[in-house]
Amino acid sequence: MSVAVSNALSPAVAGAGRGGGVNDFSITVATVNGSGSQTANNTLLRAIHRMGAPVSGKNIFPSNIQGLPTWFTIRVNRDGFLARCDETQILVAMNKATILEDIQKLQPGGICLYPGEEELPNRRDDVTFYPMPVNEVVQQSGAETRLKPYVANMAYVGTLAYLLGIDLKEIEAALAHNLNGKEKAIALNLGAAKAAYEWAGEHLAKTDPFRIERMDKTDGTFLITGNSGAALGAVFGGVQFVGWYPITPATSLVDSLKEYLRELRCDADGKATYSIVQTEDELAAIGMVIGAGWAGARSMTSTSGPGLSLMAEFAGYAYFAEIPAVIWDVQRMGPATGLPTRVAQGDVLPAYTLGHGDGRHVCLIPASVAECFEFGGTALDLAERLQTLVIVLSDLDLGTNLWPTPPFEYPDKPIDRGKVLTAEDLTRLEGKWQRYADVDGDGIGYRTLPGTNHPAAGYFTRGTGHNEAAAYSERPEEWSANLARLARKHDHARSIVPAPVIELAGEAEVGIISYGSNDLAVQEARVSLEAAGVPTSYLRVRALPLEQRLADFLGNHERVYVVENNLEGQMHQLVQLHDPAGAGRVVSIAKCDGLPLTARWISASILDQEAKEKA
Amino acid sequence: MTDNAAQGSTACNLLGLSRTDYNGAKSTLCNGCGHNSIANVIIGAAYDLSLDPTRIAKFSGIGCSSKSPTYFLGRSHSINGLHGRMPSLATGATTVNRELVAIGVSGDGDTGSIGFGQFKHLLRRNVDMVYIIENNGVYGLTKGQLSATADLGQKLKHAGVNELPPLDFCLEAIIAGCGFVARSFAGDPKQLQELIKAAFSHRGTAVLNVISPCVSFNNGEGSTKSYSWGKEHDLPLHEIDFLPMEHDEILADYDPGTIREVALHDGSVIRLKKTDREYDPTDRMAAIKLLEEERSGGMFTTGLLYVDEGRQTFADHERLVPGSLVNLPNEKLRPSKEALDKINGKYR
Repeated sequence: MSVAVSNALSPAVAGAGRGGGVNDFSITVATVNGSGSQTANNTLLRAIHRMGAPVSGKNIFPSNIQGLPTWFTIRVNRDGFLARCDETQILVAMNKATILEDIQKLQPGGICLYPGEEELPNRRDDVTFYPMPVNEVVQQSGAETRLKPYVANMAYVGTLAYLLGIDLKEIEAALAHNLNGKEKAIALNLGAAKAAYEWAGEHLAKTDPFRIERMDKTDGTFLITGNSGAALGAVFGGVQFVGWYPITPATSLVDSLKEYLRELRCDADGKATYSIVQTEDELAAIGMVIGAGWAGARSMTSTSGPGLSLMAEFAGYAYFAEIPAVIWDVQRMGPATGLPTRVAQGDVLPAYTLGHGDGRHVCLIPASVAECFEFGGTALDLAERLQTLVIVLSDLDLGTNLWPTPPFEYPDKPIDRGKVLTAEDLTRLEGKWQRYADVDGDGIGYRTLPGTNHPAAGYFTRGTGHNEAAAYSERPEEWSANLARLARKHDHARSIVPAPVIELAGEAEVGIISYGSNDLAVQEARVSLEAAGVPTSYLRVRALPLEQRLADFLGNHERVYVVENNLEGQMHQLVQLHDPAGAGRVVSIAKCDGLPLTARWISASILDQEAKEKA
Repeated sequence: MTDNAAQGSTACNLLGLSRTDYNGAKSTLCNGCGHNSIANVIIGAAYDLSLDPTRIAKFSGIGCSSKSPTYFLGRSHSINGLHGRMPSLATGATTVNRELVAIGVSGDGDTGSIGFGQFKHLLRRNVDMVYIIENNGVYGLTKGQLSATADLGQKLKHAGVNELPPLDFCLEAIIAGCGFVARSFAGDPKQLQELIKAAFSHRGTAVLNVISPCVSFNNGEGSTKSYSWGKEHDLPLHEIDFLPMEHDEILADYDPGTIREVALHDGSVIRLKKTDREYDPTDRMAAIKLLEEERSGGMFTTGLLYVDEGRQTFADHERLVPGSLVNLPNEKLRPSKEALDKINGKYR
């Protein structure tokens, strides 16, 4: 087998500070889906994380079970910039069908690992090629046929570990985690990785600069998906009822709920303090959630765009009948079935206005796994406090990829069950209460729960017109008074939803507004922009309705760019609606190609606009 | 028909409540609507059974039938949801609060068309509730369209001729695994009241398909959903008496072979006095056969068509802690800080 010949590093790699070599590069693993590469990829990710270097991974996969191309990108960045990166310096070319294209995308000076027994379709002069002992490793392992693809993937884990200097002990620990401590599986996979590692040590002469060196940047953090964080947050937030229907990429949120609830929320006899129901469709899922919420349980569902559409009628109903419910919308690319396994932030406007007629929903927008955990409980609290539907807008990138996070913080506030009158309360009130009367001036009435043992407890919940006493009414003044109170309630929500996170940069003329999983890319872009002479302030929206601080932010900057992952600039439109006076200062920076935004695209787009401003 | 017969009376049930305590708001449905009669029967059944109205939860979808929960049991909580989606609301509510006595009212459009999927899945789950279909074969609130239970060949003033066969809710319910399936007629309140009482005592979904004439749009000559047709063709399978769990009547008064008793899970008994037809309501195949034969025979058999007390309810399957989820204190809902620390440690 031939040994790779190195080519001179291109200046782009050596000098740009992006993909520079030690703890600063991106890896793309190109495989075929259904080949079991997830274990291998997550092993690399965890092993690097265990070595203390900040790392993130993104699975860019097809809507398919077996046989189509899939890419897993791993970004290592010593400064903690972990957004997706446009450039790849390291390619693991396991997929013949895409190898030509994959090699073309490598950055000059990059390296390509390929199965040594295969012919390379071409060789670029500015890329270093390393063969991998895939066949040898599979044969030596003695693995049974069905496990061979997994073992083959371990060949790239071992070869990369050697080339990058990843400690085999960390590979072993990562495997143990990924394989849930199953010894036989760990031994087989580790054996294969070691064989490849040793082969590489004997046969490959490393000539590239890419290395992992131990750091302490990941101390105290761990890798977990946003969907797992959300589920845990809901478990510690006291969720009692979950109705759901399978849909990518929201299903894993419920999978996690099942796992954690079983572990944490059963009594000594194994009896559950919760119920999870897989329903016949999303209409039934939200219907059950609303039924359970009406009856007084903390209830939620998780879905994605198409499911959200099916829930629209019930969403309007929950708003108007004032029933607590939570929807986690793990956004994927729409419209229609769209790209079911690719990310977008295209549900912002649809979610905010979901349903017919007038009505606005409280939306929470987490940007990190830690916020997914936090909002898991906050959403349930707000739903019961406001007696309304709360939609959490997560997305595929945040929800299904592994992200480093500090330990989850135990909720510091007690569970909020909102305004509920008990039988004792009703006795004290001599039975005098009105379901929809605004007693406290915050637009929120008091409710009773079915089964409350008082003759005055019962009331009639309806989506049709009603007055303060919950009686059917078509009187214009009662209808408009009710809608006005609901608007007051929405205004009140403004003051209690998670506030935006604002970072002001001195006297910066330029502001950036963004939200959700764009956060790391925006933060990285701000560093590049400042280096390019454009310092920026940053407001990260965490909830709808938008609030006063946003208008202040607009007022304090000459130009404000709203950065988001959809075509039409949906948040941009909401910002303009929120503050018509500041609308002229707001510029949309929106893109929608199925992939997470990158810092390079954000900074380039803003610099381009700035140049036009100054021209 | 909404006028309450016992209004003004000082009689009380076992809870010390008078019949008027079970009344609802005044009906806004048409005079003579079958639904009003059914509302009145529900009031009577709940009063007779001494059901605590504060423990009852009423569910409905959209349509004339779905408005009717307003007109009975005014002290109970009620949720009037979306067209065809009542089953999901009821499933969620009854799962988290198993102490509720749930009653749903739906129509043939609500159950047979827009909500047919949810109806079938409710039965498949065997959610513990009484499910009354007020079946009039027509969309009343939208003024006279044909529904999925309209007769083949039936002609309506605006909708024209129906060219599709009707759905039979009883057959559909039995096939879906329902353990209590009855058919009745709004014009026979005596039978209906006994059936509703029995339905309240059944564990699991109890479906009552009640022919409830629409006086405005489908009460004409030849309609199988009219008062006159119902009265002329009603063929009761049996005379039905419901004996609540406290009953102490002795059976010896009856001739052997003329009475069949079905014990319900709470100790109450349905006593079926045989007519000249041989019928065993616990025989699922016999029920299906009867309903299939009826399709072509122009008959209208009423009574308890099928009963099976053996099925687990949906809440039973869920293996929940004793009591109801909604009554759990917050301490039971939030795991400890130590539990979170352990999870944080596990992922490192």
